Amino acid sequence: MKRQRGGGVPLPLLVPAVLAVSFLVLPLVGLVVRAPWSSIGPQLVQREVGQALRLSLLSATLATGVSLVLGVPLAWVLARSRLRGRSVLRALVTVPLVLPPVVGGVALFLVLGRTGLLGRPLYEHLGVTIPFSTTAVVIAETFVAMPFLVISVEGALRAADARFEDAAATLGADRWTTFRRVTLPLVAPGIAAGAVLCWARALGEFGATITFAGNFPGTTQTMPLAVYLALQSDPDAAIALSLVLLAVSLATLLLLRGRWLGQREVTA
Amino acid sequence: MSLAAHVVVQRGSLAVDVSFSVADGEVLAVLGPNGAGKSTVLRVLAGLLRPDGGEVLVDGDRVWDDADRHVPAHQRSLGMVFQDHLLFPHLSVTENVAFGLRSRGVRKAAARAEAAPWLDRVGLAGLGDRRPGELSGGQAQRAALARALVGDPRVLLLDEPLSALDARTRLAVRAELHRHLADYPGSAVLVTHDPVDAMALADRVVVVEEGRVVQAGTPAEVARRPRTDYVARLVGLVLLPGTGEGQQVALDGGGVVAVAEEAAGPVFVAVRPESVALYLDRPAGSPRNVWPLRLAAATPHGSVVRCDLTGEVPLTADVTATAFAELGLAPGADVWASVKASEVAVYTR
Repeated sequence: MKRQRGGGVPLPLLVPAVLAVSFLVLPLVGLVVRAPWSSIGPQLVQREVGQALRLSLLSATLATGVSLVLGVPLAWVLARSRLRGRSVLRALVTVPLVLPPVVGGVALFLVLGRTGLLGRPLYEHLGVTIPFSTTAVVIAETFVAMPFLVISVEGALRAADARFEDAAATLGADRWTTFRRVTLPLVAPGIAAGAVLCWARALGEFGATITFAGNFPGTTQTMPLAVYLALQSDPDAAIALSLVLLAVSLATLLLLRGRWLGQREVTA
Repeated sequence: MSLAAHVVVQRGSLAVDVSFSVADGEVLAVLGPNGAGKSTVLRVLAGLLRPDGGEVLVDGDRVWDDADRHVPAHQRSLGMVFQDHLLFPHLSVTENVAFGLRSRGVRKAAARAEAAPWLDRVGLAGLGDRRPGELSGGQAQRAALARALVGDPRVLLLDEPLSALDARTRLAVRAELHRHLADYPGSAVLVTHDPVDAMALADRVVVVEEGRVVQAGTPAEVARRPRTDYVARLVGLVLLPGTGEGQQVALDGGGVVAVAEEAAGPVFVAVRPESVALYLDRPAGSPRNVWPLRLAAATPHGSVVRCDLTGEVPLTADVTATAFAELGLAPGADVWASVKASEVAVYTR
């Protein structure tokens, strides 16, 4: 029998699907095609570029670290505890997912700024100013990216068989020991995936960062900010920087491929 | 008395309220159909579920559960074997077996040293470095048993430990489990829906249906004198409730059964399917128990055909395949069924 054209996809679905793929892929192709490949080397060795890249990688990694330390316990509370109002808690946690990052930046500024709710006592008693510092970059990125980790880890926890935890309890393990020795290893792949997702989100963060941390080369100017700035003055530089971010994103996707695109691992 | 429990739990529409006690060295089987509340009772004993009422006492006076005390699972001296072993997939077999010791504060090397002889005892010597995923079903369940027994728990809980195994493996693991249970000095509670497991492994049986204990006794007593349809079917008997007078029992559902012993008041009549004979015509001669019945269904059962009969006295008859063929029976056929009075068991309700 002759194989159906289009792999058996009805035309009303095939056409929009092809359009969607083109829409998602063409801009990236354009970016690669328009890249000034001859001058890209010198562009990338500029001091500002190295600074921005280093700052981006550092702050995204720090934000992921903070998200792991705070987010994994939060995910456990959401997935396992019998706390009342858990659904409200989950809704609150997911707000930053849907909130425009700029609004997040404004909110952070109002709380942690020099006259903010927490910022004022911090400044008056300890002399600490958070906005427009690298710390502010990390805070902004954590605010935006942590929900991705929490949601991802909570999903992994829900999918994991809670009866392993029962078994651990009958073997004398209290809840903390059970968490460390049974739950954490069981959901480690889910945590890793969540961390990569979180890191990628933090790396691309723009709105909250520029609002809360500003755009100072060397201290708060991350790659996305540098791209935006370069586009005003030196489009070729912007393209080169974009290529770097694209490469980093593709590398991230490759890291996740085994989990999302490859065959699923059989878990006992 | 080393384990005494009165467990009251409301689980959705099921109200569980059962009491039993288990002596040192004794194995109690909790037998019942799915959804009867057996596993709920076991979870309460394990401390994984807080009961709504009643109490769980160990060693006579140590309270695990009562109105104002609930000792959490990890502070109870117990071992538990689950239906699908639940070995931790990220740990080796040895680490699994040593887990209980490690979580109770034994150092790594000492725990492994103590776990090793247990692997020998359950026949897994040399497999300690494997992951649970590399074991067969029988091996995994043996490892789970070793994991539960390490550390000499006061109470051993077994939740359908054999039902996930295939028939052959089940036979071998059941025999081994029997050996380990015989050596086990504490109180063991086995939850199962398989009467063979209960008969083979337990010293005493409590039958639980819809959250209540409907019968308790030794396996032999329960098998010989079932008190509910569920148990009767499990042990292959037809159970008919009635009222005795002299050597006759008037059945609650109508009809009269002649029995060999004197019976009085409310009684059960139990008939073994292989003692029921079928005829096409009314049999001549002595049998006092003869009824015209209709064949409702016939299913092959090993070398016999199990015939479900309807009519005045609903019975089940096991006839040989040859006899079934010679009678030329088909569902819907009218037959005469007879049972000798001496073959009918009768006991008070």
